[in-house]
Amino acid sequence: MADQNVEWHAVAKASELEAEEPEFAKVGDTLVCVVRLDDGIYAINDVCTHEFAQLSEGFVDGCEIECPLHQARFNLKTGKCTELPAEDDVASYPVKVEGDDVYVGLPKG
Amino acid sequence: MSRTDTYVVVGAGQAGGRAAEAIRGAGFSGRLVVVGAERVRPYERPPLSKQVLTGAAAPDTAFLRAPDYYDEHGIELMLNQRVEAIDRGSARLTLAGGETLAYDKLLLATGSRVRRLALPGSELAGIHYLRDLDDSLTIAKALRAGARVVIVGGGYIGLEVAAAARKRGCAVTVLEAGDGLMRRQVAEEVGDWYADLHRRHGVEIVTGANVEAFEGGSRVQAVRLADGTAYPADLAVVGVGILPNVELAADAGLEVDDGIVVDACGRTSDPAIFAAGDVTRHPNPILGRRVRLESWQNAQNQAVAAGRTMAGEETPYAQVPWFWSDQYDVNLQMVGLPDRVDRLVRRGDPEGGAFTLFYLKDGRIVGANAVNSAKDIAPTRKFIETGAKPDPDMLSDPETSLKKVLKAAG
Ligand SMILES: Cc1cc2nc3c(=O)[nH]c(=O)nc-3n(C[C@H](O)[C@H](O)[C@H](O)COP(=O)(O)OP(=O)(O)OC[C@H]3O[C@@H](n4cnc5c(N)ncnc54)[C@H](O)[C@@H]3O)c2cc1C
Ligand code: FES
Repeated sequence: MADQNVEWHAVAKASELEAEEPEFAKVGDTLVCVVRLDDGIYAINDVCTHEFAQLSEGFVDGCEIECPLHQARFNLKTGKCTELPAEDDVASYPVKVEGDDVYVGLPKG
Repeated sequence: MSRTDTYVVVGAGQAGGRAAEAIRGAGFSGRLVVVGAERVRPYERPPLSKQVLTGAAAPDTAFLRAPDYYDEHGIELMLNQRVEAIDRGSARLTLAGGETLAYDKLLLATGSRVRRLALPGSELAGIHYLRDLDDSLTIAKALRAGARVVIVGGGYIGLEVAAAARKRGCAVTVLEAGDGLMRRQVAEEVGDWYADLHRRHGVEIVTGANVEAFEGGSRVQAVRLADGTAYPADLAVVGVGILPNVELAADAGLEVDDGIVVDACGRTSDPAIFAAGDVTRHPNPILGRRVRLESWQNAQNQAVAAGRTMAGEETPYAQVPWFWSDQYDVNLQMVGLPDRVDRLVRRGDPEGGAFTLFYLKDGRIVGANAVNSAKDIAPTRKFIETGAKPDPDMLSDPETSLKKVLKAAG
């Protein structure tokens, strides 16, 4: 995603993000799930595409997160849905770290 | 497998629907037929005692797939049709109308039916059971504000109906034969916590209630106990368990033992016939025993495994059993199927409305009941799968994430 199409929002402190412990942030009306994995920090939309559940309440297993309600799974790096009962992917957002601030890039508009 | 093969799925419930999807998904290119006794395409039952009853969600939200899905994937749905018999010699099914249907491979997903009471007055109008969409719509209509609802059975179905009925302004009494609620499903202290929850919501809970008769002229007017107490009722809802629909398989000579006996991949004693969902008794490698489960998880995932295997992709099913129930705004999740337990460890505060009770055996977690603590379930499942021994002090401390407890246990 090109920089001009996204708006960057500070959502967390890098030093406070523990490996595989998802955090959630609210940017306007958008709920974002932020997770530190071995090779970096990733952000996806926090709302499961099945019913209503926040993925940040879920369990990180490798590079996937499992929904706490009915165990659908999403790839944290791409947002891709990998297990039923959800079928649709969640949005994934670019992340950048400046100093100790973690920024998530949400689409403009 | 050839392009001209016909695979038939019997039962268009959740397991039948998911199995058919998996058969196609695994690349089967022949004719695929799903025969179902209900009038509608495959759907999930959990909302029937929850959102559909309260009116919070439209019944269509329960369908597995949009109507077009089946055409698009070349899945022929034969709805409103019951399979009466399987002739394994000629590999043909007989439908209720007398028609026959040949199969090369067959998958039985006939599910369960409710156990019905045979008591004096059982035939009166106004006595309801809840299994299918039409049952749910009928009950939803009957739950008018002010109606007196007597529920027979304090298991999760009865209690979900109780919660929905309160939401709709009915007066609700739950009659349970045992000495507590959900005794088959959860620990006593969790069942007792639920009794308090329901009482706080205005439900009258009667345990040790031995229902002896339904009273009334043509409609039910009261439910009477053996001790003579009669509970006035405008309607009664009975939730006293289910029975697997094994007759089709048993009559065809397949091995049946309180459930159609299958292997880890869903094969019955006949290599051309598979089975999936509520109707099966299958080996669970994590528990180390055979189980018959009555759950959404099993209806989806065991069916996917059996469907794939049938289409040539050998897929054993191996998951820790898991189940949930929603009552009022409380989410309950149960994981594991503990048969022996020597210690219970509590995490969180029941008074505060969110807690998890872990079942331990020889220092290992074998199950848990999580009340408004959904996030505890996945790590608990990992503990059960790996047999790792948690530090009980860490486990009981809600400030220590279970991910950490898991890592510490190695
Ligand atoms: C009200 C309700 C609430 C529930 N809530 C939960 C929950 O919260 N969490 C959870 O984990 N589980 C829940 N369950 C359990 C879960 O829904 C079941 O385990 C699941 O539906 C089993 O799916 P199945 O496809 O194996 O069987 P079924 O759903 O029973 O489907 C079998 C289908 O086969 C058809 N059939 C049977 N015989 C024939 C035949 N001879 N010919 C043609 N068709 C036939 C039946 O008509 C039926 O449509 C609930 C169940 C109910 C009823
Ligand atoms: S809400 Fe996420 S799987 Fe159902």
